[in-house]
Amino acid sequence: MNDTALAPAPQSGDPALRKPHVTVKNLDMAYGDFVIQHDLNFTIRHGDIFIIMGPSGCGKSTLLKHLVGLKPPARGEVVYDDRNFWQADPEEQQRLMRRFGILYQSSALWSSMTLAENVALPLGEFTDLSPAEIEGVASLKLALVGLAGFEDFYPSEISGGMRKRAGLARAMALDPEILFFDEPSAGLDPISSRLLDDLILELRDSLGATIAVVTHELASIFAIGDNSIFLDTESKTMIAQGDPRKLRDECPDPRVRNFLLRGGLEATAHPGAPAP
Amino acid sequence: MAQQPRTEGRSSEPAPGFTLSQAEGGTLVLRLSGEWKLTGGLPTPGAVEKQFDLSTQPRRLTFDTTELGSWDSGLLAFLAGLQELCRTRKLEFDTANLPEGARRLLKLAGTVPERAGARRTESRPSFLALVGLESIALWQSLGQMLQFLGEAVESFGRLAIGRARFRRSDLVDIMFDCGAAALPIVTLISFLVGLILAFVGAIQLTQFGAQIYVADLVGIAMAREMGALMTAIIMSGRTGAAFAAQLGTMQVNEEIDALTTFGLSPMDFLVLPRMIALILMMPLLVIYADLLGILGGALVGIGMLKLSVAEYVNATINGVSLTDFSVGIFKSSIFGILVAICGCMRGIQCGRSASAVGLAATSAVVTAIVFIIVTDGVFAVLTNALGI
Repeated sequence: MNDTALAPAPQSGDPALRKPHVTVKNLDMAYGDFVIQHDLNFTIRHGDIFIIMGPSGCGKSTLLKHLVGLKPPARGEVVYDDRNFWQADPEEQQRLMRRFGILYQSSALWSSMTLAENVALPLGEFTDLSPAEIEGVASLKLALVGLAGFEDFYPSEISGGMRKRAGLARAMALDPEILFFDEPSAGLDPISSRLLDDLILELRDSLGATIAVVTHELASIFAIGDNSIFLDTESKTMIAQGDPRKLRDECPDPRVRNFLLRGGLEATAHPGAPAP
Repeated sequence: MAQQPRTEGRSSEPAPGFTLSQAEGGTLVLRLSGEWKLTGGLPTPGAVEKQFDLSTQPRRLTFDTTELGSWDSGLLAFLAGLQELCRTRKLEFDTANLPEGARRLLKLAGTVPERAGARRTESRPSFLALVGLESIALWQSLGQMLQFLGEAVESFGRLAIGRARFRRSDLVDIMFDCGAAALPIVTLISFLVGLILAFVGAIQLTQFGAQIYVADLVGIAMAREMGALMTAIIMSGRTGAAFAAQLGTMQVNEEIDALTTFGLSPMDFLVLPRMIALILMMPLLVIYADLLGILGGALVGIGMLKLSVAEYVNATINGVSLTDFSVGIFKSSIFGILVAICGCMRGIQCGRSASAVGLAATSAVVTAIVFIIVTDGVFAVLTNALGI
């Protein structure tokens, strides 16, 4: 049940043939009567690095909240392998959630605990490891994100970039099957941001984790993404999906290409152009 | 509940284990077998170390993973421990036969070297050192308190010459919050305090047939002491804690830094309106509390002691002088300053974590109550000495 097992990396072979990990069907997101996005349909496959992109305010972070179980959608389904998350009973939901690792936008480290305690808390609650083993695993996770030796620091004593990395160490604590990143490179210098991208690739390749990233950092999108969806603010739905590099070069929708070319293409599209 | 599935899972999987054997040329081969998962029951590097001691002149550690099942960070933590062990024992750590993923992650964990001086050494000071440290901390906190007080006075100075910058709408909101919004709790407490005082007095005074003096007792006690004291304690728990939590959270979110860098003094912008609001609202609340306390006393006097309404009112008017009320009202203004200062001070001094906000709220209430009681004692002595 506690399937924190790391299957051998399944990234080999044709991406389209890999088993679906997360399937989103007819999802509508709304705050009260205010619809943010409607009719979202997409599939994240095992071993994917899946990018959720779109302009600011299009509802990327809200979509992430629906995916990880923090906010029930207005309509539609989120299916993990073959389990429908929002129709499962609360116990089952918790079990599913324990297989997620989430890096929050502002890191969301527990401020009254040291970095090691932040990583150790889920290990202590959900595994039978001894305190010494937990300490070892916590140190290892911190070393993986380049924070060796910072075990006894409090979140308020380290820089923003380090907090982000510590947040990632905590997200990896239970060896999750799927890692969600909310704007991982926001507030990082280019080199740290690049290192984080490398780390994301490494985690997928060595641990076989599925990774979903909310971002609008173009460099990062092209460096790591192998599948993506593009959420549009005006038509309030997804207007493109696929490999971001292909979308940049071949997407028929100028809004998407303009976004991926950093506004280099003069947008001539009118709102409501047909989605590809 | 969460334990159960795991034990089921484990029973079907071969348990993690290792055997250490010595090959030629000082090479040790560690054969790993079973499922190396975080679920627990993993061998420790210490167990391997014990076997190191038994081998002769080891120079190199290598692995055999042909029997290794699936693995996760549990294996990585074990390997990282071994790597460290090999470093201290000057053994070569040969990762060639490890699974590809494990080798890469181990390398990654070692890429960023530990920053020199980052690791903290734990030190436990002796009892004497502890006493000294605490005394120094106390002295420093006294200094900070005086500094805060000084800054508050300066802020009032700027207010007097019209150069204090804060939003009038904030002031109005805060005044509503610590004035009108506090009426229900003040009503309940002061009415009941008046009633309780009357009960205590009634039992004693009826023995001498002096029931009528219940009116004096309740009136004077409420006007001079209980009205102001009870309201101050309510306000320190209700409003002082809120001030501390609010400013503390602003401190955590760097909102106070943002004010400062805009050239807005947090003292003027945040603390001053709160002090003004409490200084203005406390006397009003206390007048209200006094009247309700007297009403509570009257209920007992009229209902239980069979005094007439006119008798009770007359006895109260004769017994309680305007001076009694003035003393209580004057004190309440001072208490208002104390509550506002303690709340704001603890909020501004707040550390940058969630638990620090809790600590700030607690310490705001405790500090305020201590100061209120001490000040009240000083007033009792002063009024006695001055014959007021």
